[in-house]
Amino acid sequence: MQVVVLVKQVADTAARIKLADGKQDIDRQSASLIVNPYDEMAIEEALRIKEKHGATVWAVTLGEAKAEEALRTALAMGVDEAARVSAPASDALTVARALAQAVREISADIVIAGRSAADDEQGQVGTLVATLLDWPHVTEVTKLEISGSEGVAEREVEGGVEILDFSLPVVVTTQEGLNTPRYASLPGIMKAKRKEIRQIALGEDVVGQPVLAVRSLELPPPRGQGRILTDLDPAQAAKEIVRILHEEAKLI
Amino acid sequence: MDFTLAEEDRMVQETVRDFAERELGPGAAARDRDGTFDLDVYRKMAELGLLGLPIAEEWGGAGGTYLQYAIAVEEISRVCASTGLSYAAHVSLGLGSLSLLGSDVQKGTYLAPGARGQYLVAFGLTEAGAGSDAGGTRTRAAKVEGGWLLSGSKAFITNAKSAGVSVITAVTDPGKGARGITAFLVPKDTEGFYPSTSYDKMGMRASETAEIELRDAYVPDEAMLGGRGEGFRGFLEVLDGGRISIGALGVGIAQAALEASLAYAQTREQFGQKIGQFEAIQFKLADMAMEVEMARLLVHKAAWLKDQHQPFGQVAAMAKLFASEAAMRAATQAIQIHGGNGYIREYPVERYLRDAKLLEIGEGTSEIQRLVIARGLGLGR
Repeated sequence: MQVVVLVKQVADTAARIKLADGKQDIDRQSASLIVNPYDEMAIEEALRIKEKHGATVWAVTLGEAKAEEALRTALAMGVDEAARVSAPASDALTVARALAQAVREISADIVIAGRSAADDEQGQVGTLVATLLDWPHVTEVTKLEISGSEGVAEREVEGGVEILDFSLPVVVTTQEGLNTPRYASLPGIMKAKRKEIRQIALGEDVVGQPVLAVRSLELPPPRGQGRILTDLDPAQAAKEIVRILHEEAKLI
Repeated sequence: MDFTLAEEDRMVQETVRDFAERELGPGAAARDRDGTFDLDVYRKMAELGLLGLPIAEEWGGAGGTYLQYAIAVEEISRVCASTGLSYAAHVSLGLGSLSLLGSDVQKGTYLAPGARGQYLVAFGLTEAGAGSDAGGTRTRAAKVEGGWLLSGSKAFITNAKSAGVSVITAVTDPGKGARGITAFLVPKDTEGFYPSTSYDKMGMRASETAEIELRDAYVPDEAMLGGRGEGFRGFLEVLDGGRISIGALGVGIAQAALEASLAYAQTREQFGQKIGQFEAIQFKLADMAMEVEMARLLVHKAAWLKDQHQPFGQVAAMAKLFASEAAMRAATQAIQIHGGNGYIREYPVERYLRDAKLLEIGEGTSEIQRLVIARGLGLGR
């Protein structure tokens, strides 16, 4: 069984970011980059499938050479193989076409992706890959069980849990609650360094033309000063907070 | 010349930082308060492969570099210096002496399980009357049929009670001074090997430190580590490596003191503004940041020299000396910046001071480091 995890390198959500010249992207040179947290869950889930049923787990990313750092992290966590796709892809559709092609080349049985990337939060790629491959697709999975060529996935829905059966091949995307990703192990880091990363180069004939372009990005306005209420007893303070939320902030 | 950490060095740094913040951080204050040595902490570190980080893969280690190990010690100590100390004693002294002096059989028996983290390894050199003067060792090894009987006592031994095996130095040839000292491997369950209860210490309270009583403890001939009479000279290189890790510990504490002080200076208000707006505070923080940088550069250089198999003893002594004193200054200034809050246990900075003090004493006092450096200049003996 081949399990492919789609991995994206994103700016560390805990760090401050700057915009690149032209404001169409963030400045990736100065940013501290990490593996998208939802993709870490995808890696963890793939490793659990491997440990339970035996499988070869692939981490696949699309990006420049620097994105291989994300693949090394995946390898250090225990992924068996890694591939970097380079393609003239910019929007979700062209990215998905490129990744779908990589999935075909690897002959994957299961594709696991994060539900969205922490940077653009579009949440389209997993779904688009499933559509392009014409495979069953379960989004925002909180529990996943595979047995033979079948599987069961759970998702949280308003007020309850939805349980879905599917047959392989399948694309699933991860949601919080699915698992807690393991740490990369130190021997894993040393081994990841020596591992060869497969290069998959794709052209415009495969990815086509983008249908969306980023016009510009804006950083959120800096947060204003907080307000501290003083000289009030708890009951008065609560009253005052309610008044502010109602009359000034108009939130309640 | 290139000061950039390699990609895998940064991965080690990020992984250990993440692990330390999530797994060691939450309990650090409580372990310090109660003086708890929590073996679970080391089990988790073993799962990560930390306990054998710079040991070769063939002996159960991760096959990392000494630089990566120094980075790991810094990151652990930034969050919990006590854990950093027990970790450093295990790796640089315990596993360090096994990997430098051990035979293949000894490495297979003790180094591999230690590197895999099945147990900690202790290093028993210091005695009540043999501190800086390690040549003053009084523990005796008497030759008997097929082995040796060890008797005497060791003091201030890190991990003494929990260690699966301890490296113990003893006099095999009285009258030969330092050349009469030999090292032995003493497994925990050896009859006549009695570690005492842990000391009640000023700092490093979550690290285990105990005395070891040896009463005719029998070990076979194969337990000798290194050659007869080489227990002292052989350890000089091990101690040089140990100094790098104490330096890294100092960098970790100083970094933590800097971060805590910076955060405090940016929130605490006096005279209608954040105290970080006052030059008096800014200058303190600037000095702290500079010294952290200097200490880290020295530690990294010493580790790099060791990785390159170049002489590193002199730089290791400088790194240990400067980083421990920098940690003391940083912790003292951190308390000053915190004012009254710095003096109470609700804030972590008083722990940094208590922990940092050990670094000026353990594994060669600051005075000994200065002697080592001066001798490197061709002075003294």
